[in-house]
Amino acid sequence: MKLNDEEIALRAGELGPLRQWAIAHQIKVGDYLGARDFVAVGQAHIMADTESLGAAGVDWLERWAALPAEHRLVRIPTITDPRGTDFAHAAQLKQQPWMLDLERRAIAAFEALGVLMTDTCINYQTIMPPVRGEHMAYGDTGVVIYSNSVCGARSNFEGGPSALSAGLTGRTPRYGYHLDERRLATFLVELSWTPRELSDWGALGGVVGRLAGDYSQVPALLGLDRVPSADQLKHFGAALASFGSVALFHMVGVTPEAMRLEDVVPAGTSLKTHDVGEVDIRALQARYAKDVDAVDVVVFSAPQLSLVEIRTLAAMLDGRRATIPLFAVTSPQVKPDCDRMGLTARIEAAGGTVLSGMCFYQSYAREIAEANGWSRLATNSAKLTNILGGYGYRPVLLPMEQCVAAACAGGKLT
Amino acid sequence: MSGEIYYAAAGMGRKVRAKALVASDGFSARYDLDRIRGVFSRPEHKLAGESYQGRVLVLDAAKGGVATAWMLHEMASRGVMPAALVLNRANPIMVQGAALADFTMISGFDVDITHAIPNGAEVEIDPTAQRPFIRVI
Repeated sequence: MKLNDEEIALRAGELGPLRQWAIAHQIKVGDYLGARDFVAVGQAHIMADTESLGAAGVDWLERWAALPAEHRLVRIPTITDPRGTDFAHAAQLKQQPWMLDLERRAIAAFEALGVLMTDTCINYQTIMPPVRGEHMAYGDTGVVIYSNSVCGARSNFEGGPSALSAGLTGRTPRYGYHLDERRLATFLVELSWTPRELSDWGALGGVVGRLAGDYSQVPALLGLDRVPSADQLKHFGAALASFGSVALFHMVGVTPEAMRLEDVVPAGTSLKTHDVGEVDIRALQARYAKDVDAVDVVVFSAPQLSLVEIRTLAAMLDGRRATIPLFAVTSPQVKPDCDRMGLTARIEAAGGTVLSGMCFYQSYAREIAEANGWSRLATNSAKLTNILGGYGYRPVLLPMEQCVAAACAGGKLT
Repeated sequence: MSGEIYYAAAGMGRKVRAKALVASDGFSARYDLDRIRGVFSRPEHKLAGESYQGRVLVLDAAKGGVATAWMLHEMASRGVMPAALVLNRANPIMVQGAALADFTMISGFDVDITHAIPNGAEVEIDPTAQRPFIRVI
């Protein structure tokens, strides 16, 4: 990679050993992925739950956090993805003291590095949405795909070590979705049916993700009969990224880089077109529902819920009673509004729990399943459904209303 | 098949020699693995139930979320991890994770590498060569 004077100084350790490690890490990654040089980024977003970090990762962070301030502080706004717990509800989830200890240590280390503990995967809804053309170093695949596609920002998937590096150096290797040529469509999806439920939008993301298959693919969707809401795009993008490792999509006439198909498919280019309809979405959902007639727990998470989703859930639960555990997970920015507007109280009055600042699958999902006797789980998140199989769950993807009905019928699915 | 050599577009890490565990399926540390037991745990994965400890994983594409960037480092700290990762198509997360963990990985071939390498074959990987490669011993 071509380095400027400042980057050469960083590599030589003139700005301290942590920044030296950071730029070396970035050069290693950039060389592998063919980056010519670096690009300055406006923000970094770090995914670093302690299930992923482990004790080794926390030890590693603490070593850096012990450096003098001038050598350890991030130099651009650097925020965090959900953590591995909501301390106020850790006992209810039956999380173990060692998990909470690891979380506290990681939080202290990140704070010492100057990181803002936002603990959210919906920062594009709640913190500071990126601007079209703005280069970022975002972690969390759902954040990246929404920011790239809906906002027109420019980010690759930046795992925790790389996002932290970007926070420390203020730049990232220029490869992938920082480049104009990588942002063109690589295949088309002609829709014959436009989803309405969030669970259907997520399932559509799953179907398109499976068609895509890898990180280099950029689907362009045509045929929508209306403009989707931010929450619908959130669920679609999160599932597309989860099932397909996709970081950018276009919706012709909706997303900013594809006002016309020609904007993302240059003249003379012939792309494969896949026809996708309701039958494909129902098939994906049916595969998860096979042989499951009841569930042990209902979870709304992945991505964290917006204020509007929490309001919808509260209205569905009014006058009803959940008789199995029901969890709704939101961000630390949305939760105070839920409390202030009485939404949390309405959900709790119906037997549900509102969790803040965590994400269900990033919270020792296997261990809390074993501790609570959970195996079968209902959710309206296609992303969560895709992830939890590996943690030993049998997840079912249903609309929010059907999840609520199950929770109020002792888990029985209708 | 013995002696067959396949060149990759990119590589990092050290030379490795071990038995291959091969499937036409994706790879994500969070989605696919029980990292404590060292086995593939997602029921739909073609290697479900198989131990990956000390094996060269030969798979199609990197999948899933960003957690693998930390998880390879965590797996290495406990010594329960594959010997190397060989992919038709990597994504940035795998590269970032391998860079942090000092893990051996090569990717990008002219052929479908999951069809070229027999499951269970003894293989050698050299990511340090001018043209990184995997060779069936």
